Amino acid sequence: MAKDIPDPITPEKLIEDVLSAYPAKSAKKRAKHLGVAEAAPEGETGIVSKCDTVKSNIKSVPGVMTIRGCAYAGSKGVVWGPIKDMVHISHGPVGCGHYSWSQRRNYYTGTTGVDSFVTFQFTTDFQEKDIVFGGDKKLEKTIDEINELFPLVKGITIQSECPIGLIGDDIEAVAKKKKADIGKTIVPVRCEGFRGVSQSLGHHIANDMLRDWVIDPAQEAGVDYEGGAYDVNIIGDYNIGGDAWSSRILLEEIGLNVIGCWSGDATLAEIERAPKARLNLIHCYRSMTYICRHMEEKYGLAWMEYNFFGPSQIAASLRAIASKFDQTIQDKAEAVIAKYQPLVDAVKAKYMPRLEGKRVMLYVGGLRPRHVVTAYHDLGMEIVGTGYEFAHGDDYKRTGEYVKEGTLIYDDVSGYELEKFIETLRPDLVGSGIKEKYATQKMGIPFRQMHSWDYSGPYHGYDGFAIFARDMDLAINNPVWGLFDAPWKKSA
Amino acid sequence: MPQSADNVLDHAKLFHEPEYKAMLDNKRATFECGHPSNMVTEIGDWTKSWDYREKNLAREALTINPAKACQPLGAVFAAAGYEGTMSFVHGSQGCVAYYRSHLARHFKEPSSAVSSSMTEDAAVFGGLTNMVEGLANTYALYNPKMIAVSTTCMAEVIGDDLNSFIIKAKEKESVPEDFPVPFAHTPAFVGSHVDGYDNMQKGILTPFWKDAERAPGDGINIIPGFDGYAVGNIRELKRMLGLMGVQATVLSDVSDVYDTPSDGEFRMYSGGTTQDEIKDALNAKATISMQEYCSRKTLAFCEEKGQETSAFHYPMGVQGTDELLMKLSELTGKEIPEALRLERGRLVDAMADSQAYLHGKTYAIYGDPDFVYSMARFVMETGGEPKHCLATNGGKDWAEKMQALLASSPFGQGCQVWAGKDLWHLRSILATEPADMLIGNSYGKYLERDLGLPLIRLTFPIFDRHHHHRFPTWGYQGALNVLVKLLDTVFDKLDSDSGTLGETDISFDLTR
Repeated sequence: MAKDIPDPITPEKLIEDVLSAYPAKSAKKRAKHLGVAEAAPEGETGIVSKCDTVKSNIKSVPGVMTIRGCAYAGSKGVVWGPIKDMVHISHGPVGCGHYSWSQRRNYYTGTTGVDSFVTFQFTTDFQEKDIVFGGDKKLEKTIDEINELFPLVKGITIQSECPIGLIGDDIEAVAKKKKADIGKTIVPVRCEGFRGVSQSLGHHIANDMLRDWVIDPAQEAGVDYEGGAYDVNIIGDYNIGGDAWSSRILLEEIGLNVIGCWSGDATLAEIERAPKARLNLIHCYRSMTYICRHMEEKYGLAWMEYNFFGPSQIAASLRAIASKFDQTIQDKAEAVIAKYQPLVDAVKAKYMPRLEGKRVMLYVGGLRPRHVVTAYHDLGMEIVGTGYEFAHGDDYKRTGEYVKEGTLIYDDVSGYELEKFIETLRPDLVGSGIKEKYATQKMGIPFRQMHSWDYSGPYHGYDGFAIFARDMDLAINNPVWGLFDAPWKKSA
Repeated sequence: MPQSADNVLDHAKLFHEPEYKAMLDNKRATFECGHPSNMVTEIGDWTKSWDYREKNLAREALTINPAKACQPLGAVFAAAGYEGTMSFVHGSQGCVAYYRSHLARHFKEPSSAVSSSMTEDAAVFGGLTNMVEGLANTYALYNPKMIAVSTTCMAEVIGDDLNSFIIKAKEKESVPEDFPVPFAHTPAFVGSHVDGYDNMQKGILTPFWKDAERAPGDGINIIPGFDGYAVGNIRELKRMLGLMGVQATVLSDVSDVYDTPSDGEFRMYSGGTTQDEIKDALNAKATISMQEYCSRKTLAFCEEKGQETSAFHYPMGVQGTDELLMKLSELTGKEIPEALRLERGRLVDAMADSQAYLHGKTYAIYGDPDFVYSMARFVMETGGEPKHCLATNGGKDWAEKMQALLASSPFGQGCQVWAGKDLWHLRSILATEPADMLIGNSYGKYLERDLGLPLIRLTFPIFDRHHHHRFPTWGYQGALNVLVKLLDTVFDKLDSDSGTLGETDISFDLTR
């Protein structure tokens, strides 16, 4: 490494140092978002530390280089984009759809451009005249053109970019009119980027539109599907690098039917029939809990969280899921856990010696900063800091189930803060996003993108755990980290 | 069970294992409610027909897979080329996350920029508070020498006035009174990233030049333009200038900031044009743009100030480089040195050695207007024939320039020019009127897959191949790099077409 490991510093002192760089007003605001996992209050079970002392889901401070995105990214990029047999229009200027084009790695099968459209960029490409005179007519024509050129498309969503909500367009009226015209599902989504404080409101709005324009109307019209006793939905798995598939294979092996996956590799039909299932299994709690609560309230469909990162959580989740079904399923779950145990043992035997004791810092979206923690623990690694771009209070509460007392916690971290935290703590690995990757690596610290799996994956399930372990090993133990110092400039 | 610790299979192999194939087949058959496969095939074939092409080209409202980004991306890129400069984009914050990601994915480098993080309340009351608070934070945290302000479309739609906002922010002591905060309005609903680049260049020069007295000198300014190969190209440009003994100022030099070393230190800023250089640049005899469509407003501003101007279209290839060097020689009185004549000769030598493999090859070329121009020109110098030239962000005047260029060579006679069209248009066009090769960026891989013609990645963005941007495409040396890429594609195709043992390998030749 190019730099020596500095003297230990307490997390509290580190936070104080970082805040001292801010103007007073901003320091006061940011102080509420930085903290240290505290001891779990006596008598509180289920958590090993208390992390919900930091404030979250609050507006980012201007000018500090927040890593967050916007509501459009949460709706088009996360929730709607992966639904493969629908066309998702980036409604407004060209940029939003361009930068998000094919970047989330939501894998799918299908014939792209004919019956599947995930890796496309459809846009109304707003020009000045559309801003001045409104874009509803252009939107109508856009929908007609999509329907003509892509006759197998099952439905269309309108993903609003910033100007739509500012110029007074009536996309709901357009959606209703065009639905009547072409007879296909059309969904207007008010996910303008200025709404809310992060991607999170975009998830919520996207969920609400799924409810109002797909789920409820479909149930009212009647869904042609007879549910079975073992039917479940995977909710909140976007099939990044194939995650939903390496999860599905386990659920099927224990005897469940995955009748729908929201929304990785999903079709509109899978979404429509979701309420027919017996249980909703939610992976990404942050982005899709809203629709689970709705299906529970309106259709009496129970839901439960699960975690398919790392063998400890996978086994615990399989047992918890199976416990909602009969003995057959429970027996199969045990058989599946036993079947994969040799793989788990072999992966650990191979990679633990190279990874044990390594210190990791995470900064990701709304779920993974806690959900992947046990997968690292399974490999003998330690989490020294974690934080979320767009988590809410309940996420920080749940974080206490995973991280130990003394862990540095940072909400909506700024570029400055993260750089200082990394520089000071000098972890062996940082897991975050593309914007953080290269700055971290320049400091001589190995890095993995934990949004996109750094173009690898899947990481879910037992098959994914082997890939996860391999990737952490190749990141940390690559020889390049030993080449940073020119030999004639070796520090004394 | 397909997975093992000895041979870990990731997505590239895992999902082609029998267990997963069976699972996915079952998913499709049981749960997806898709269309029958014969219908998918039928519609797929139809999308490659003349009938579909006509409908596709008749689109009026819908844009599909456009080869252009929005203005602020260009503004952020331009600002990054000035020493110690932080981009501050006024408006919604998600946009900035997108620009930073986009640039980082291409350059494999950090890309720093901040946002004023405007939300609903700013949409109602305007973003002045965000600007005041934001500039103070950026100044305190990131120690910039300059903050360059541009806008997202949100700020443009609500009509925030950057000039008055920055004045007010300075009154409120967000930054010192004399601290440079140049700005440019960069509405995403006008033009594209090349216009954002132009607007920001002019925006940065303006405060340094507007009240200064020009003392005309002999200096030369060079504006590189928006360029994914900027790292290699700007360095190559400087090398050529050095050989000529020409002192020139590159206005926005991103070559260091998008190519910082790994030695233990993260450099948020690196290199770049200094403020003294910007000030001196007013006195230059002339300003030359490497890319006309990235600099029309900036060049007009230079002319207003009394400078000569000259614009090129991405100087690539023999004649493109010849013209640049001769212009530099004319402006400075310096002779083009023998070393460059020899480099030229070596390039021509390489082209002559390989001409048999390139003569008559046909190409579809897309990208930014200046790139497409020079790429078509170089292709024609090799005896190749451009068949389709497309720029989503090219206008009528670009199309006319392209027509004139193509008319100047017998190799350009069969070429069609597509201004304002997108890559889904290009799919129809190539399905009905094919070419041997496609030149563009990473997005072209979908056309490569759908239509089977090889893609040569030569322009921004390149996400799925690494480090190409570190090598120049400008100048004679750059042309050599481009030549090799064209040739490798031709040779790889010959090998893959003759690569099956005992079946197609008659022409699997060792020497070519």
